[in-house]
Amino acid sequence: MKKKFLRYHSIELVIFLLMLLLLQPGQGQAETAEDKGLALAIEADRRDSGYGDSTAGMLMILRNKHGQESRREMRYRTLEVENDGDMSLTIFDSPKDVKGTAFLNYTHKVGDDDQWLYLPALKRVKRISSSNKSGSFMGSEFAYEDIANQEVEKYTYKWLRDEIYENRDCFVTERYPVDKKNSGYSRQVAWLDRNEYRIWKVEYYDRKNAHLKTLTISGHQQYNESFWRPEKMFMVNHQTGKSTELQFSNYRFKVGLSPDDFNKNSLKRVK
Amino acid sequence: MPWATPAQAHELNGHVSVEARLFANAPLYPEQERNNGSIALAPEYYHEWTNGSSFIFVPFLRLDSADSARTHFDMRELNFLLLGNPWELRIGIAKVFWGVTEFVHLIDIINQTDLVEDLRGEDKLGQPMVHLSVPSSWGVLDFFVLPYFRERTFPGQEGRLRTPITIDTDNPVYESSAEEKHVDFGFRYSQVFDFGDIGLYYFKGTGRDPLFIPSVNSGGQPVLLPFYQLIDQAGLDLQLVAGNWLWKLEALSQDNEAENFYAATGGFEYTFVGVGDSSMDLGLIAEFAYDDRDDEAATSFENDLLLGLRLGVNDSAGTELLAGLSYDLDSRGNVLRFEASRRITDTLKIFLEGWAFFNVEPDDTSLYSIRDDGFIRLQFFYYF
Repeated sequence: MKKKFLRYHSIELVIFLLMLLLLQPGQGQAETAEDKGLALAIEADRRDSGYGDSTAGMLMILRNKHGQESRREMRYRTLEVENDGDMSLTIFDSPKDVKGTAFLNYTHKVGDDDQWLYLPALKRVKRISSSNKSGSFMGSEFAYEDIANQEVEKYTYKWLRDEIYENRDCFVTERYPVDKKNSGYSRQVAWLDRNEYRIWKVEYYDRKNAHLKTLTISGHQQYNESFWRPEKMFMVNHQTGKSTELQFSNYRFKVGLSPDDFNKNSLKRVK
Repeated sequence: MPWATPAQAHELNGHVSVEARLFANAPLYPEQERNNGSIALAPEYYHEWTNGSSFIFVPFLRLDSADSARTHFDMRELNFLLLGNPWELRIGIAKVFWGVTEFVHLIDIINQTDLVEDLRGEDKLGQPMVHLSVPSSWGVLDFFVLPYFRERTFPGQEGRLRTPITIDTDNPVYESSAEEKHVDFGFRYSQVFDFGDIGLYYFKGTGRDPLFIPSVNSGGQPVLLPFYQLIDQAGLDLQLVAGNWLWKLEALSQDNEAENFYAATGGFEYTFVGVGDSSMDLGLIAEFAYDDRDDEAATSFENDLLLGLRLGVNDSAGTELLAGLSYDLDSRGNVLRFEASRRITDTLKIFLEGWAFFNVEPDDTSLYSIRDDGFIRLQFFYYF
């Protein structure tokens, strides 16, 4: 009786497995759109890891809907941190009234970032609330969460489709902020090219799922024969008609920065 | 570690400002002028060598139409920074700020307050120092040797916002026989965590807050002589961050010849991000200030509640507003203040500030003589 029972179930199992194989031709395992989206983000992150540290100059051009411009100049320094998010320091050179103001950020893969702002007139370092993710960075169309390091763990993902975007074979993937309470977005749709996993376009949808902003990225250059960096990022806000252009210059890698260059002392020292 | 980015060689920046202070009421004392106009110049020369060491020179000059004591010059900064790895050593005249709260700067002690500049106590006189700072993974250690004392500035006879009997800044009294040449020491430990920042310090030397001794000057006029005591002071500053909340605490304990006392200030700031679907941030601030010396406190904050609203417009002009109301729980006197600023062009900025004093009773010594000195201050800054 016992033997028969076992044999009966063994046969059923074999049939079941055969059916599974027949139903999924050519596939060893099931990959959902979510798995594929996550795998793309991990691969993009892997390709960018190992840069060590880098510095760059930034020019931000703010335009209102009448085309009036105002400019801000910044310097940016960042350090890759093993097993956590990166450290970064942004120093403002213009407009002159904010010259010497500096912003220090410790990105964390999980939880809020640690942020400090240095106010040179008072010589005061202010710890600031990092839940301000959706707030505007320097009055621009970039929110803090747009310019922060895009750690894999800060979103969940879903691959949507593959398509040709501006003559490049691209993955189109959607990502959803983990910190739904503080993010200004319900979702983002990103275009990455299949060859190098560089982002060319991101559409941002607000909390009501209305199309808020579009970021286009151009002029990708490869440094140290491995890391790709853009020359220009252009963010347009469809709801206000305002836009912000961010131009990068003088990228340098592995210049020898250490955590000592990203503490409160270095923040007070910057000029 | 030197930056691979080019060092800033021979940079000259700074600002010049013009201001008008308009007072709502006629002055209480006959020598005082009602309103005043003023200009100030603050250039900054900075040079950084490729090894990261640097030199800075920041003189400051104000010329005031009404108050000769407000017309003053100060060397805000004149120092060399020697950058080691990872230590740094600053030698010369410099400025250091300690503290976390919005309204009362209780534990800040290295630099003397330049009180003729503004009522918030945020303008400071340059302090000669040798300052060694040593960061490590378990915190930052700061050592200070302060070889020369700076006296607080006070409005003169013609100036408003002053005591009924003027303060004779030409004849300060020191507890130390070395007077202003007494060498002060400071030591501070600070560390940052995910959840907040902490700092602890010890200061031994001449206290920055004077007491006042009634006296008569050579012209037979009654005056107050500032009296600077020798003190031992321990201080704490703590700030916790949790979501939209910032929790803040400053506390100190001071020993001097006459008494031992403690004082504390603290509270919270809660920020609403993107109020009403706009890009504006609104911060609500509530702080409390306590000093166990009660009415003898050299500060005007002995048992006070301070409430504030901060609006960050997040526009391209950098518009910011701050309003504050202080309420003295003992004497019931109120101070209402607001400040607003925005850029007009990339190099021109407007700053508007207002103060009002009300419900001030005669026994409120810190506010009674300025009860009619509510004013509006309009400033234009040109940056070069």
